[in-house]
Amino acid sequence: MPTTRSFTSIWEYDLLEQILIQTINGIVVGMILALVASGLTLIFGIMDVVNFAHGELFMLGAYVGVVTLATLVVAALGAAIHVTTLRPLLGRDPLNTILVTFGVSLVLQNYALWQFGPVARKINEPFVGHFNLFYLEYPWYRLMIALLSAAIIGALWLFLKYSTYGVWIRATTQDRVMAQAMGIPVPRLLTLVFAIGSGMAAASGVLFGPLVGVNHAMGLDWVLKAFIVVVVGGMGNLVGSIAAAIFISLTESYASLWVSPSQAIIVSFVVLILTLLLRPTGLFVPTPK
Amino acid sequence: MTPRRTRIYWTAFAVILALLIVAPFGLPEFWRRFLTEILIWGLLAMSSDILIGYTGMVSFGHSAFFGLGMYGAAAALLTSRPPSLWLALLYGLIAAAAVAAFVAYFSTRLRDIYFAITTLIFSQIFYVIIFTWTDVTGGENGLAFSRPALAIPGLFSFPFTTLTLYWFVLAVVTASYLLLRRITRSPFGMVLQSIRENEARTRAIGYPVERYKIVAVMFSGLFAGLAGVLYAVQNRFAAPDFVFFVVSGETVIYNIMGGIGTLVGPIVGAAAFLLLREGLSRLFPYLASVVALPGLAEFPYLIPLGVIFIAMVIFMPQGLLGFARRRLNE
Repeated sequence: MPTTRSFTSIWEYDLLEQILIQTINGIVVGMILALVASGLTLIFGIMDVVNFAHGELFMLGAYVGVVTLATLVVAALGAAIHVTTLRPLLGRDPLNTILVTFGVSLVLQNYALWQFGPVARKINEPFVGHFNLFYLEYPWYRLMIALLSAAIIGALWLFLKYSTYGVWIRATTQDRVMAQAMGIPVPRLLTLVFAIGSGMAAASGVLFGPLVGVNHAMGLDWVLKAFIVVVVGGMGNLVGSIAAAIFISLTESYASLWVSPSQAIIVSFVVLILTLLLRPTGLFVPTPK
Repeated sequence: MTPRRTRIYWTAFAVILALLIVAPFGLPEFWRRFLTEILIWGLLAMSSDILIGYTGMVSFGHSAFFGLGMYGAAAALLTSRPPSLWLALLYGLIAAAAVAAFVAYFSTRLRDIYFAITTLIFSQIFYVIIFTWTDVTGGENGLAFSRPALAIPGLFSFPFTTLTLYWFVLAVVTASYLLLRRITRSPFGMVLQSIRENEARTRAIGYPVERYKIVAVMFSGLFAGLAGVLYAVQNRFAAPDFVFFVVSGETVIYNIMGGIGTLVGPIVGAAAFLLLREGLSRLFPYLASVVALPGLAEFPYLIPLGVIFIAMVIFMPQGLLGFARRRLNE
């Protein structure tokens, strides 16, 4: 993988080629991150629920390993989680949702540790073709990931824009009480939204699984990154999160030209701090009046 | 408080303190250490209660303060010869206070969930720095050092035993409790509580809310750092795991389990949580031997713990102490 290069060898290749390759890498990872974060922001924007267990849903999806199956199974799990733990909290302070989902994440993570063991599981890429990208053999699979993520996000957008449920969901975001008064089944709708968000997390887990392997703790990294994205993009703002996801993973890939990938995450922390300082409502939203 | 309630309070305080002082005599070595740990985690939980319970800000970043206290103590214990307890306290508190000032400056601009997430991400910044800066922090392996003696140079010097360390920790935690109680009852503490009740009105009256919040986070971080120093002295190592946000999550769990806004509650919560975890970790191997199901021994005991926690958030939002208080008043 091009991101694991040591410090001295950067200049062995042409810098421009390096930057182009990192741009592609950044966009690929950014699309997966956008998929995770748009699920998270959908759940937050509509339900005022901060879903700490989002990373675990991502991880479970990666273990299931087949996109359609994982999406359905984890969406059903998400619906079950919502009905049992989040529905009783309706009308209470949203902070309670962080606590409950933190508990859920503890349970799911230990379940995965118990069922699948502590050793990371390698998952084969569904197809192994490569094409030449400068000095690299770049896997087609990575481009497929970016396209599939974009397709899923596009489908979500169409769903929200045109389907009856999508219209209901947007109405509920604007005014929950009024929506209920107009006869929209709000509790059922919230369960549906949580299920959709969970399914999206699972789908991104499946897509990402083959890149680095799957283990029970992988969700933690992703939920943190997704939180950064959601804050930088503006909480509950779908387009903002997608832009922020790509922006952040691009800066991280460029940074990993010079520092190790584990340190490159500090760059996204810096982006976050600057955002909080200069535009606390998010980088990609219009300035509030 | 009426004079009568004051008298009851101090009597109860004296009785519980006396019980805690004599408690280790009846206990084997393992449980003495366990009790010390409960007190240390209790102090950490109590420190975050200033924010959660009194100012209404849920911090998910207390692991940063705790961990920096730990690494500050490690720095002092590794560089001073002989290792000095007081220097460890000093360094630990300075490190925690510096981090708290940094975190407070940025995170207090935000409220509610945003504050929680921001503190969480800030604690991760320090985790990544500590985890990757191997030359200084020992990276993943952390740092190991020897335990300092309880000493005043030129006067006396006792090496810590499990028992004396327990008493030392108990003394520090009790002093911190009294100090925190004083702080929360001071005019400063009253302003914090009014921020919790109605921030806009507090601002309208003319209090500089942001400044109060920053000071609150710093106080909270200072006591969390103190807990970190105690933990370092007790276990003789500092590790990045303690800066990871799971520790912050557990701190919040202690608060919720015990009851926020009570100072004592978080200690009760820590005790309940740790005892429950210890009990459950032994329960499943025991059950497996009783019913002859070997697979049961590996059952992850954190799952029932998580379920109990979820149930408590839903059904007992005031925690054990609030629950008990309501029952007593009925």
